[in-house]
Amino acid sequence: MGNLFKRWVGDPALFLAALVMTSFGIAMIYSAGVLNIPSPITEGAWILQIQWAAISLVAFVVIRQIGPRWIEWVAVPAYVLCVILLLATLFVGTGSGTAAGVRSFLEIGPIRFQPSELAKLTTILALARYLGTRPEDPATLRALVNPAAIVGVPFVLVILQPDLGTALAFVGILFAALFWAGTPIGLLALLMSPGISLVLSFDPRIWAASFVFLVFALYLYRYRLFLVESLAVVLANLAAGTISTPLWDSLADYQQNRILVFLDPSVDPRGAGYHVVQSMVAIGSGGLTGNGFTEGTQKRFDFLPEQHTDFIFSVIGEELGYLGTILTLLLFAVILYRLVRMAEGEADPFAGLVIFGIFGAWLVHVFVNVGMTVGMVPVTGIPLPFVSYGGTFLLMSWVAVAVAARLVGED
Amino acid sequence: MRLVHAHRRRQRATGAFAIITIVLGSLAVQFFRVQVFQSNDYVLQSRSNRLRPLPVAAPRGTIFDRNGRVLADNVPGYVVLVLRESRESTRQTLESLRPYLGLSDERIETLMGQYQRWEPLVVEIDTDFEAVSVLQERREDFPGIVIEMRPKRRYIGGSAVSHVLGYVNEITAEELAGPRFTEYEPGILIGKVGIERQYEERLQGRQGVRYLEVDALGRIVGSLAGIEEDAGDPGEDIHLTLDLELMEWIHSIFPDSLAGAVIALDPVDGGVLALYSAPTFDPNAFVNGLTPAEWAVLESDPEMPLFNRAVTGTYPPGSTWKLAAAAIAVDRGVVGPREFMPEPCNGGIFIGDDYRRCWDEEGHGYLDLAGAIANSCNVYFYQLGLRVGLDPLLEEGIRIGFAEQSGIDLPQESSGTFPEGREYWERIFGYTPQENEVLNLAIGQGPNSQTPLKMAQFYLALARDGTAPTPHLLENPDPTEDWRLPNMSRESMEVLREGMRGVASPGGTAYLGTALEHWEVLGKTGTSQNPQDTLRPHAWFAGMAGPWGEDPEIVVVALVEFGESGSGVAAPLVSKTADFFLRREHGMPLPDSIQTLGEHYNFGRPAPWAR
Repeated sequence: MGNLFKRWVGDPALFLAALVMTSFGIAMIYSAGVLNIPSPITEGAWILQIQWAAISLVAFVVIRQIGPRWIEWVAVPAYVLCVILLLATLFVGTGSGTAAGVRSFLEIGPIRFQPSELAKLTTILALARYLGTRPEDPATLRALVNPAAIVGVPFVLVILQPDLGTALAFVGILFAALFWAGTPIGLLALLMSPGISLVLSFDPRIWAASFVFLVFALYLYRYRLFLVESLAVVLANLAAGTISTPLWDSLADYQQNRILVFLDPSVDPRGAGYHVVQSMVAIGSGGLTGNGFTEGTQKRFDFLPEQHTDFIFSVIGEELGYLGTILTLLLFAVILYRLVRMAEGEADPFAGLVIFGIFGAWLVHVFVNVGMTVGMVPVTGIPLPFVSYGGTFLLMSWVAVAVAARLVGED
Repeated sequence: MRLVHAHRRRQRATGAFAIITIVLGSLAVQFFRVQVFQSNDYVLQSRSNRLRPLPVAAPRGTIFDRNGRVLADNVPGYVVLVLRESRESTRQTLESLRPYLGLSDERIETLMGQYQRWEPLVVEIDTDFEAVSVLQERREDFPGIVIEMRPKRRYIGGSAVSHVLGYVNEITAEELAGPRFTEYEPGILIGKVGIERQYEERLQGRQGVRYLEVDALGRIVGSLAGIEEDAGDPGEDIHLTLDLELMEWIHSIFPDSLAGAVIALDPVDGGVLALYSAPTFDPNAFVNGLTPAEWAVLESDPEMPLFNRAVTGTYPPGSTWKLAAAAIAVDRGVVGPREFMPEPCNGGIFIGDDYRRCWDEEGHGYLDLAGAIANSCNVYFYQLGLRVGLDPLLEEGIRIGFAEQSGIDLPQESSGTFPEGREYWERIFGYTPQENEVLNLAIGQGPNSQTPLKMAQFYLALARDGTAPTPHLLENPDPTEDWRLPNMSRESMEVLREGMRGVASPGGTAYLGTALEHWEVLGKTGTSQNPQDTLRPHAWFAGMAGPWGEDPEIVVVALVEFGESGSGVAAPLVSKTADFFLRREHGMPLPDSIQTLGEHYNFGRPAPWAR
């Protein structure tokens, strides 16, 4: 029996942790709907989430039946389809509920879903397929171009929606997969360097210093890189440093505000900083043990924004306190740990890369989502896996669990 | 691909575990800071997010009169407040309240000017009960309104006591900025004038606080369970020496169309029994908050109903001041109590080339001091003044205190005007005074003007042994130093009283206007020239009364602006006031109305008790 269960769910700890997390999420979505003046958007959300959880479990069972080779085979067509769907959202996409300004939903008949959630998994599959079939490690800058392009296409399309939060998950996927595939850390750092340049260029002196450091690093690294590659890195960094000001100017006011407010939430506590300030007040007032399930006043009296989706962790913090926070983080630790363990035990490169890609995506989700509720990370719309309300995301998280379960133990 | 090697995977997995630990660990540390170290701050912020303090007015202290009757107390009142999330929604709520509270366009604009986000806005400080019931019933239609019970001031005596009690109204920005009310908050009701102002700090009490729980949009949400309230402390009750019935009596007898003041003092301790100023106003109207239009009407009224004539009006004292001149002369020994002046009164007297008239053309003949007082003979007092001399008269007048306040416990009081020396004329009029300025001063004219209260204080001394305590409204005040007349012998005092007794006796100037059945009345008329209207002088009567042959039990001063005749207009006010008070004190029946001897004659029926 134990063996059968293990065979079925792939990794029992991961399965159980995901199941507990989903149930916990439903409970917190219920609590998020307990408002002093109930809102039609949040009041019944927990029932919808139960329905989506049921659908997710069905999907889990169905995917269990699919052969792993078929999963490998479907990777590329599914990826192409997702790119097409993402393109479609840019033209016929709609917003939804709290994210009304973002064109992230597609409506096909009665079905509404977010192609970007789908795209995360298919990108992981496509990337794993590509990297898994390479005879050598992607240890040169040249070798990183194709993987970067595979992730870059959906990444750019999601940015255009614009959905910065989900886009960050793609960055997580790329780096996780490359890391697992054996790209040296130094190379990953070089890959990241234009992005870092972009941020640092807000202060020219710091940027100059970092640029000098980069050139020095390239010099030390000179035996591992072609001259062209080094030049490309230098040019990319120069370009990033140069475009930063026009890029900043091209940002919408609310986007600029989010960044400024992240640096100092008190600059605009009633405006752009409102979400962060109110979220921190909720979490901080929860103290060690919290106000009690459904009893959070910040949430009840509508001070918390997006309390059933992106800011559900604030409800956890307010109502269950630091103990609830820690237990939730521990549960995520279990999920992430199990994923790494599963990848570690997997000799098949494709399977390992898929599982580790899922790990990368979720790590970004957890860090950015939880971090933004306490002002560690700028506010970006990104849900918490298994917990936040959202059908497509819950379904795709479970599909990911199913895929991981299907791929392990198949040799 | 080297990934197939297990040790490579283990190496990468170890790196991944390190990343998990760093990421989740840093989150755990940050949450520990927020939820454990800084939790108290955030709890406070969470509270202030949803709790809006609402001041709870403490009931103001009750004011009692000398007989334990209530002069001012509190009745339940209703205040309507609006607490909305934005300017627009506040305006909407005000518009929706408009028909129920009768809000005008200006009122709404004024309120919108006071709007401050997150602060309750006081729409109506005194809402009538019917409007409140309608609003309560239809609460749902008026989001953001709060109806508060708030004690509301009630002045039992109404217009009769308005000048002395004063009234309360909302504190102004200037008052808040001043040094006296540093601990006060906007919106609080404070005493503006009178006793309410004088004893504001004692009457006020300490304002409490109540919390309204609101949501993020500023909508008021239900239960307030578990949120502590502070009821505040009620104000202190105070007991006054005032006599409410007497005040109401004076209010009823004071001629409707005239302006003036009546003051009654208790000779025992200088307690103020009555302090009345006419015309008057209804202090209860102020409690409800006057509209600017109502305020403008009161302020621009030529009769000046807000002007407390008893303590802030100054008038030439006229002949009532002759007693002061007499006291000074006796004290300095220039006039013997029983001495006759050498020049008789023939209706006037030559002083050098200057012929000075007496008020009575027929003349008074030879007079001693008492007779001169009884007849108010100017000729006698001219001679008395010349004997005293200008400089000594000024010196003594200042010493008695005719350029000072009486010191009563009221926030506003005017000082008397009296020349401190010859420099006064140079300073004010630009000429050096001659000795004959003393002639005017001796009969209470010239640069001398006094408040009715100051004259009452002087007559208080005459009714006692020559000393007069500071007049006071609060029962049991802190003892103050007695105010002294010049050192007069008992005999000299008796002569002055004899003169005053003569005034109210057959042949005296005010016999018809003052004589009473049961009481002996002493006093002095005054009909004082004034620059505003030379044809209609002010009418004074300052006097005292008590059982025959005993010490006076009440001192009364009446002033009627442009009353023309001290004996005809002011004197009856004094004797009727004294009669009412003494009858009640001595357990006699109170008639519906009291007629003076003169009024009896006018009705053609001599008073049965007339001697």
